[in-house]
Amino acid sequence: MTTDLTRASAAELADLLTSGGTSSVEVTQAMLDRTEAVDGDVHAYLHVDREGALSSARDIDERRSRGEQLHRLAGVPIAVKDVMATKGLPTTCGSKILEGWVPPYDATVVSRLKQAGMPILGKTNMDEFAMGSSTEHSAYGPTRNPWDLDRIPGGSGGGSSAVVASFQAPLAIGTDTGGSIRQPAAVTGTVGTKPTYGGVSRYGLVALASSLDQAGPCTRTVLDAALLHEVMGGHDPMDSTSIDAPVPPVVEAARRADVTGMRIGIVRELTGEGFQAGVQARFDESVQHLVDAGAEVVEVSCPSFTAALAAYYLILPSEASSNLAKFDAMRYGLRVLPEGVDDPSAEQVMAATRDAGFGDEVKRRIILGTYALSSGYYDAYYGSAQKVRRLIADDFAKAFESADVLVSPTAPTTAFRFGDKIDDPMAMYLNDIATIPANLAGVPGMSLPSGLADEDGLPAGFQILAPATADDRLYAVGAALEQRLHAAWGGPLLAQAPDLSTSTTKGA
Amino acid sequence: MSATTTDATLAWDDVLAAFDPVLGLEVHVELGTNTKMFCGCATEFGAEPNTQVCPVCLGLPGALPVVNEVAVESAIRIGLALNCEIAQWCRFARKNYFYPDMPKNFQTSQYDEPIAFEGFLDVELDDGSTFRVEIERAHMEEDTGKSLHVGGSTGRIHGATHSLVDYNRAGIPLIEIVTKPLRGAGERAPEVARAYVATLRDLLKALDVSDVKMEQGSMRCDVNLSLMPKGTTTLGTRTETKNVNSLRSVERAVRYEMCRHGAILKDGGSILQETRHWHEDTGITTSGRVKSDADDYRYFPEPDLVPVAPTRETVESLRATLPEPPAQRRKRLQSDWGFSDLEMRDVLNAGLVDLIGETVEAGATPAGARKWWSGDIARRANAEGSTDVASYAAERSITPAHVVELEGLVTSGRLNDSMARQVWEGVLDGEGSPTAVADARGLELVQDDGALEAAVDEVIAANPDVAQKVRDGKVQAAGALIGQVMKAMKGQADAGKAREIILAKLTS
Repeated sequence: MTTDLTRASAAELADLLTSGGTSSVEVTQAMLDRTEAVDGDVHAYLHVDREGALSSARDIDERRSRGEQLHRLAGVPIAVKDVMATKGLPTTCGSKILEGWVPPYDATVVSRLKQAGMPILGKTNMDEFAMGSSTEHSAYGPTRNPWDLDRIPGGSGGGSSAVVASFQAPLAIGTDTGGSIRQPAAVTGTVGTKPTYGGVSRYGLVALASSLDQAGPCTRTVLDAALLHEVMGGHDPMDSTSIDAPVPPVVEAARRADVTGMRIGIVRELTGEGFQAGVQARFDESVQHLVDAGAEVVEVSCPSFTAALAAYYLILPSEASSNLAKFDAMRYGLRVLPEGVDDPSAEQVMAATRDAGFGDEVKRRIILGTYALSSGYYDAYYGSAQKVRRLIADDFAKAFESADVLVSPTAPTTAFRFGDKIDDPMAMYLNDIATIPANLAGVPGMSLPSGLADEDGLPAGFQILAPATADDRLYAVGAALEQRLHAAWGGPLLAQAPDLSTSTTKGA
Repeated sequence: MSATTTDATLAWDDVLAAFDPVLGLEVHVELGTNTKMFCGCATEFGAEPNTQVCPVCLGLPGALPVVNEVAVESAIRIGLALNCEIAQWCRFARKNYFYPDMPKNFQTSQYDEPIAFEGFLDVELDDGSTFRVEIERAHMEEDTGKSLHVGGSTGRIHGATHSLVDYNRAGIPLIEIVTKPLRGAGERAPEVARAYVATLRDLLKALDVSDVKMEQGSMRCDVNLSLMPKGTTTLGTRTETKNVNSLRSVERAVRYEMCRHGAILKDGGSILQETRHWHEDTGITTSGRVKSDADDYRYFPEPDLVPVAPTRETVESLRATLPEPPAQRRKRLQSDWGFSDLEMRDVLNAGLVDLIGETVEAGATPAGARKWWSGDIARRANAEGSTDVASYAAERSITPAHVVELEGLVTSGRLNDSMARQVWEGVLDGEGSPTAVADARGLELVQDDGALEAAVDEVIAANPDVAQKVRDGKVQAAGALIGQVMKAMKGQADAGKAREIILAKLTS
């Protein structure tokens, strides 16, 4: 066969599998071989489940040969961010404190992948407990950007985006608390969606900030994202915050790719100053493409967005400080005995373990959150942040009166070099300035590639935001833009990425 | 003088002469739901350790809570029965602190938005007066696991070599009922405390929401106490005596703490705000953990749960399920049954209200039901060392129907009282139903008037002096003759009829 299976989209693979043009074992093996060849450089995976993936693939091939009615994506392999509980597979969240922990249960999203018959290739790298924008905070070493191995792949879900960008998997699961799906998608030239809060079950997603976390698809095409979104989404009685409604018609919207008469709102606060020139230029071109496709452009203002970052960095650490309290060495994970203590108390073991098991960024946020929730400070910090959160939701509501979707560059810059921002948390945090408002308001957002920035030749991202539960609009706009951009580029942007298998650094 | 935990106590009368007590009671009630507060695990008491657990109640990474609707309904019914307002909208909150038996290191509880608030419970004291206990709030929360400290002599953590934790209890639904500070109880403070807990227990039992077994810990009481110097109105420093787990202990603990506080304050000392341990055997409290207002649980709204917002229709339909309040029911029954206050108190103290009610329902007269249950049956139970007549009777299969049957035998004239007592002996010895026992023992009043008349004639002839007295109008002298007649009849005669015949013969 001439088709390179690793370069095919999930939709193409699904068609090939259905028509008998390939088998799940063949596809899965191709992905594993690719991983063998390139992941020594990329380090997108923390754990590869070769045997498990092939065994699921064999099972699906057998069922297909028996003529069983299978899910559309059955047999298409997928990678899962290491923040999702996977029964029998290590789940570390990129932290030493969970080293060796093997969950006894599957996250709802993982169960749904298994039900659909999708082999799970492995667990992808991430910033520790999803805190970061570069994967430099992973306790197991950073993931490298397939476009330039000296640069960050974004974070926290750098592994999930890099695994897709480096053709090790057609699909990956990411999670997005402040941009952890969208910003990595932007800097790796891939697609990522953060669904409406409550649109995808959080059961089994190890919580960073419960009110902000949302799992979503990481893919190379808008249609693939829609197909995966449909598998992941939908009501789950195990998650109280899950929306009890069907998944919006995302696949249909992606296929129709129709923006005729749609009002595209450019958010004044999320463009211009602070955005890299090349990123801004690709954004402006993309908007023009949408106008050419029949959309109408309006400008909207969301003044409270300027306070979003500050509110986010109070709400997130507050919730995280409580969510991460359970890592105490009592029941699972790392246990460290304090040095020089003969007969340590439980509290001393907890303290020693947390000191040894958590990295600096995690400790920083636990301390921030503990402080923000403390009596006497609660109203000034957590309380005020919640007020800002309401104002941001109000801004969105007002903006969506005059626009059907809002758009902005996904991240202010292209991928930066390792070490550039590691010692400057504020600079790192600012990378999420455009993605955070959606998490605070619970609205859905998508990032897709808008092209390469002229000054560094690296991918830039285009962000689309829609009202809550109108996730299908993301796909209509995303697919329409993708069509026009692919036409302009003469193919997908990733075709322009360097070929890793011939790179000079040590491969497999 | 510095704060102290001295164990010296002041004489009771001296305490009352100088101080007014202020009482606060916190009662934790384990609900009798089939499943836990936030997961589907069983709640059965006494199961093998750590067999009724799942990812949710073990706090495994990624697991999420879902509220038990039955527990919420129970909470609302408790609130309504305590004359509380029911919140239209309220949230759970996280109470953050580290402890090995708390799986998540936060307890999911309620903070400033309790499900029920501002109620009262009228409590009847021994002298028949009523004390109104103001209820501040009743809120929902989950229980913690149970630590077992091994290797020490006391079972407390101090001196133990290691600890074991059983998480079966973790996540059992609890309702915490908190009174307002109760002033004005004076010397009756210990009695008020006991009567409140007893009344609350009866109420919860009648609501059928908990088995309220203090000895098994399904109802636990914390006693807050402070003293105010007479003539002042500023609340003093309080101590919180934990886990006072019997009615008698509640009374004793209040009295002990009043005397202990009194001794410290009288000497010009100040009370250390702390928790105290109650010692059932010695009747004293000892110092526990120092607790200050600086204790900071960093409460914040639980982001993993949606608010609880019962509709007014739901609340009203739950109100319709409330049983008659026990105190009101007692008043109604006393009036229906025509019992004196003393009779009713005796019946209450003996725990016989329900049995008498069932017996009356089955057809006995209230007087008869009371007479037999609190007379012969209770006497026999006490003689055999049982203080619980109901369970004594149940063990011997004595039913209300037996009482009805026996009363029928007496009113029909087959048995007199002394014969009836003999019948009870037989029934309690397991010889069968009252009729069967009477038959087997040949107990039956002689119905032949001729034999009775003959006996009367003989007795009159043998006692001419006494007979003359009766003829002279000293009717009470007939008693001696009746006794002789009954003796002659070997007890198997109707004494009333004998009297009639004697008087007819001598006075007409």
